Amino acid sequence: MKQSNKQLTKLLAAAFVTLIYIFLYLPIAIIVFFSFNSSKLNIVFQGFTLQWYGIMLQNTDLMSALENTAIVAVATVVISVFIGTLAAIGMFRYEFRGKSIVDSFLYIPIVIPEIVMGISLLAFYHILNISLGITTLIIAHVTFSMPYVVVTVRSRIAGYDMSVEEAAMDLGATRLHTLLRITLPIIAPGILAGAMLALTLSLDDVIVSFFTTGVDSMTLPIYIFNKVKTGVSPDINALVTVIILITLLILVFMRTFEAKTSKKGQVG
Amino acid sequence: MAQVSDKVMVELRNVDKFYGANKVVKNLNLQIREGEFLTMLGPSGCGKTTTLRMIAGFEAVTSGAVIIEGEDVGNKAPYQRNVNTVFQNYALFPHMNIYDNIAFGLTEKKVKKEEIRQRVGEMLSLVQMDGYEKRMPSQLSGGQKQRVAIARALVNRPKVLLLDEPLGALDLKLRKQMQVELKHLQRQLGITFVYVTHDQEESLTMSDRIAVMNSGILEQIGPPDKIYNQPATKFVADFIGESNIFEASVGSVDGDNLNVIFETGSAEVSAAGFSHDEMVYISVRPEKLKCSAAVVPGFNIRGTVKEHIYVGSIIKTIIELPNGQELKMSLLAGTPLISPGEVVWVYWEKDSTVVLHTHEETLYNLIEQVPKIEVSV
Repeated sequence: MKQSNKQLTKLLAAAFVTLIYIFLYLPIAIIVFFSFNSSKLNIVFQGFTLQWYGIMLQNTDLMSALENTAIVAVATVVISVFIGTLAAIGMFRYEFRGKSIVDSFLYIPIVIPEIVMGISLLAFYHILNISLGITTLIIAHVTFSMPYVVVTVRSRIAGYDMSVEEAAMDLGATRLHTLLRITLPIIAPGILAGAMLALTLSLDDVIVSFFTTGVDSMTLPIYIFNKVKTGVSPDINALVTVIILITLLILVFMRTFEAKTSKKGQVG
Repeated sequence: MAQVSDKVMVELRNVDKFYGANKVVKNLNLQIREGEFLTMLGPSGCGKTTTLRMIAGFEAVTSGAVIIEGEDVGNKAPYQRNVNTVFQNYALFPHMNIYDNIAFGLTEKKVKKEEIRQRVGEMLSLVQMDGYEKRMPSQLSGGQKQRVAIARALVNRPKVLLLDEPLGALDLKLRKQMQVELKHLQRQLGITFVYVTHDQEESLTMSDRIAVMNSGILEQIGPPDKIYNQPATKFVADFIGESNIFEASVGSVDGDNLNVIFETGSAEVSAAGFSHDEMVYISVRPEKLKCSAAVVPGFNIRGTVKEHIYVGSIIKTIIELPNGQELKMSLLAGTPLISPGEVVWVYWEKDSTVVLHTHEETLYNLIEQVPKIEVSV
């Protein structure tokens, strides 16, 4: 009696977990599946084909959207990592009047609704008479990505022992060398995590981008969003599949890096 | 100790360090000689670590001068000073292995690879850490980390090694062992060591000279035996080892023999330079205190034996005076003990005490008011 009860519990637990994973990954699997479907409709599978990948590559609108997205994402990552890392180091190291206020204002973009941010940025650009385009898009993306970089770098830096920097200077390293050889390598995992977050946020942002993008600077999420209104075409399926593949590769890369750094020892 | 020369290696001249209204170091004058093992001793917050950090260059002096080998280093950054520091928490670089940690200073100075290899190897054997090159700091024990930290500092062949409570995080046994090793290392290399600690026993074991600090003031500087046997102030008498301190007034003066009177009785001491009616502190070490069942001529201190505490080879007897003051008396184990509750008469050999003027505090205030010559930097 008891034995069978135990087995039943185990079975239920397994079923539960399976359901969760199906719920999470089935929609993605379907998209990938239908990207190889020779039928134009996402209902029945007619036969295997790679034609949508070819069509995708020939779709100039889509390709230019992809290009814009890449440009914006890379610029966002570089700028927000630079500003965010400096902000995190500065907030960690220096005490000044009103620090707690300045500090909390750093995180407000995280909690502010995106729609509010989108509208206010649009109004801001309008007042300053800046025409919308790639630049406005990048500024907007940096605005909401940078706080995430600050958060991740700070969580890494929190366990950081400042005397390590003093030790480096004591041993003859200039301030610049101390930053390059000691501080940055130690907080590198935090910077990398921040960069990844900024990348993802920028890549799939719709709402803020919708308000701040120009006619010639359509990004991929907005392109897809517009397309969906008229029905998802199979070349979009193909594109999504490619994006999933790239995401997985990044994830694997991150994991390897993490494993390498944790083997090298933690801070302190 | 033979290596200590007359040459002054580090000098602090009229050094003040203020954080706003908080005076951390007050008019400090100190000369540290080449090859000397000098300990800065004091309770936490006495300014000893701040002083060390001013020598290292991590803190700027508010006024006064830090002179290393005859050169005012006030404008020099830590990396421009020929001193190295061993930090309390080791401060090893967590992302570098032991070899790279030790080699750090040499790579910064662009020493050739061959030479770095050789010098790091020498250092590893000096601190008995051969074979640990490829380990990461997180894989080492506290004692091993400290050895690496010492090697990392010494590989640069500094003129002065600054040590900020380097053994504070180690357990007692390891600390004792490292004390001996550090002392040997210092003698072997002949480098000037400036060692900060709050552990008075540690300072007595290791130092050539001890500088006792309290509230930013240098109370006394001298060799361990002098600090212990002839404390210059009440603070030093109290902080180094144990002392029974009486606040007394001088009754009669007969040459160097004084009769002193205090709340719980009177006693005889011998000391020069005191006058009738002057207020003094009498400091008696527990091992100098004696007691007897009968009154001893010249002494009139009546107490009650409270308890005995066994401390290995020594037994501490606590004697309570009528006003509640507790005296500590140490006896060798095996000495017959007086049972608790019995009344005893306390006395000591006349020349086994230290007599101190009580106006130290006012004296220091005066010193502070003397206008100082600002050393321009």
